[in-house]
Amino acid sequence: MNKISLIIQREYLTRVKKKSFIIMTFLSPVIFAAMMVVPAWLGSQEDTKHKVIAVDDITGQYASALKSTKYIKYQALDNQQSQKDKQALAKQFDALLVIENDLLENKPQVQIFSDGQITMDVTDNIKYHLNKHLRELKLKSYDIEGLDEKIKEINNLKINLKTIRLDEDGSEKQSSAEMAIFIGMASALLIYMIMIIYGTQVMRGVIEEKTNRIVEVMISSVKPFQLMMGKIIGIGLVALTQFFLWIVLTGGVMFAVQTIFTDAETKAEITQSMEKGQVANAAEQSNEVAATIEKVTSIIADANLPLILGMFVFYFIGGYLIYSALFAAIGSAIDNETETQQFVMPVLLPLILSIYVAMAVFRNPHGDIAFWFSMIPLTSPVVMMSRIPYDVAPWELILSMTILTASFVFFTWFAARVYRTGILMYGKKVSYKEIWKWFIQAGK
Amino acid sequence: MYLLEASEVVKRYANHLALDNLDVQIPQNEIFGLLGPNGAGKTTFIRIINHITMPDKGSILFNGRPLKSEDIYNIGYLPEERGLYKKMKVGEQALYLARLKGMSKNDAYKKLKYWFEKFEIGAWWDKKVEELSKGMQQKVQFIVTVLHEPKLLIFDEPFSGFDPINANLLKREILELKENGATIIFSTHNMSSVEELCDNICLINKSKSILKGKVDEVKQTFKNNEVMIDFAGEKALFEEKLNGDYQLKSLNENHGGYLAKIKMNMGDDTNQLISKLLPDFKIRGFQEILPTMDEVFIKAVEQSNTKQ
Repeated sequence: MNKISLIIQREYLTRVKKKSFIIMTFLSPVIFAAMMVVPAWLGSQEDTKHKVIAVDDITGQYASALKSTKYIKYQALDNQQSQKDKQALAKQFDALLVIENDLLENKPQVQIFSDGQITMDVTDNIKYHLNKHLRELKLKSYDIEGLDEKIKEINNLKINLKTIRLDEDGSEKQSSAEMAIFIGMASALLIYMIMIIYGTQVMRGVIEEKTNRIVEVMISSVKPFQLMMGKIIGIGLVALTQFFLWIVLTGGVMFAVQTIFTDAETKAEITQSMEKGQVANAAEQSNEVAATIEKVTSIIADANLPLILGMFVFYFIGGYLIYSALFAAIGSAIDNETETQQFVMPVLLPLILSIYVAMAVFRNPHGDIAFWFSMIPLTSPVVMMSRIPYDVAPWELILSMTILTASFVFFTWFAARVYRTGILMYGKKVSYKEIWKWFIQAGK
Repeated sequence: MYLLEASEVVKRYANHLALDNLDVQIPQNEIFGLLGPNGAGKTTFIRIINHITMPDKGSILFNGRPLKSEDIYNIGYLPEERGLYKKMKVGEQALYLARLKGMSKNDAYKKLKYWFEKFEIGAWWDKKVEELSKGMQQKVQFIVTVLHEPKLLIFDEPFSGFDPINANLLKREILELKENGATIIFSTHNMSSVEELCDNICLINKSKSILKGKVDEVKQTFKNNEVMIDFAGEKALFEEKLNGDYQLKSLNENHGGYLAKIKMNMGDDTNQLISKLLPDFKIRGFQEILPTMDEVFIKAVEQSNTKQ
């Protein structure tokens, strides 16, 4: 036992002290934060310069309907200016909007001229105001009593869809499909990534020991099983460390971003832009970021966190142990990393399959496919994690966990037998048949 | 008293028999040469002693008791295929390997300092292994093998990678270890070092032990009944005297005389030959020619191969 802890210590410390580990651990949350902040920041930079749109309204009816916003300013032209040629006007202003006909009578059509590309937010804004204005004009033409109130009433009609799930005991629970998808996918993806990244690290470690020829020195003092388990556990702890640091750091960064983007000014802008209509401007974009974060935070707060977290840790450990045992067996069977391909593919296949199933799970989280793939031990860590937010029945969870535990024991036993023979084999092209022989032979 | 006794050890792999009823007795406090061609089964036997693999049949007694897995604390093994973690620091790594052999951190540290001084590699403590030359790495390997002062040491090709000066240093160390009470199993293809170091040997060929015994005795059994005579006198007369009774293998001039290699018949008395020559020649030297271990090795293996 003491020896295993020595091995774990070495595997853990040598990896945690590596530069690549430190960089990965501290850079990832920063990159993640940058991915959220930079687009918003860029957007806000660009659009602080407001645009001036000249409106040449020959009919004289519509110019007043176009209300300037913070970023788009409409300027009606007087008669004198409108005589100028369009080229000059388009140069002078950011764009020139020409309304020639009565929009209610003919096919409503306006033209906009510009010497550069006109951005979406400008065209959207113009369409929005004109449409609104035309609708109101049309309604007014029907001569209905108390029309203004009625229009307001209509505009205020909005459906708020609340999904409430009834539990068996009759209690109501508010659920959100978005939340379930988000949490399910996020944890499934994390487990998937960790299994691939750290599983292959175990394999590399074994190959390193073999190519360095240290393995025979080692197993003259420790049992091959201790060496294998020590490596697997040590690297697993590295994964947990990194994961824990990511959570803490990302949490910190998210909090910082949230405070930056929800200060008083931007909050005022949210209300403002809401009043002005669905204007897709930069301020809203940055507010979207803050809003998303707020939503995520509230979603996480709503969910059954202890269960999800507990299951995450269990399926992470179970899945990692199974896959790393297989990766260790592969590492022991080959002499160098270039030969890994033919053996790694079959191990990766169920893992890749499970991520596809997990992505489809939200359509039918309790269907046959979802059920069976969350029982098969090679796919259950990923698939079950994506199902858990949809409230999986306890017996299913327990069954899946039992199968996973039992298979972990089986796979480790299998891997240890292959490993024992494999690490002492040099310069031999290994086939599946050969590995099978090692497995059988180790029993004697 | 034997430190290690293997009797009727059998080990079979899928396609071949690695050890076939092997009997080996290794006396206490001696250097024991475990010899044999490549693939004879030496490494398998060493791995069985180290509890790396298990024999299919047979028993192994260590210190009079059946070999247990705890006995590996009393064994130091320097494998032929040996290496170190390249990215680890030398001292850190030596400490790690020593602690895996059951030493306490303090104890290991003190002993390592002593050995590093002795081998003059103290300055390398904080260097990474990949910065060391091969010879340096071998020194570290050797130190780690002997550090926990095991009763039984197993050296598999210990001199590979050493220059003659360091090989000599190592030989001295091995002899000193023996003086301090260790029993040493020495496996090598370098027969001159066997003659220099070993007391007893066992030659394994094709999974079987084909020759065992003390180095001198083994040489005796493989001698050719040849003698070397250094004499002064007349060459023609010498040839005439021998004629019929003895076979002259070679005759070379040597410092105003001759050096003659003579093959005698089985059961011939050397004194008889000398007395025959004494009246006419001045005998300056007389020596029985014993085969080198190289010759013994080749002869024994060839004999056993033709027998099958």
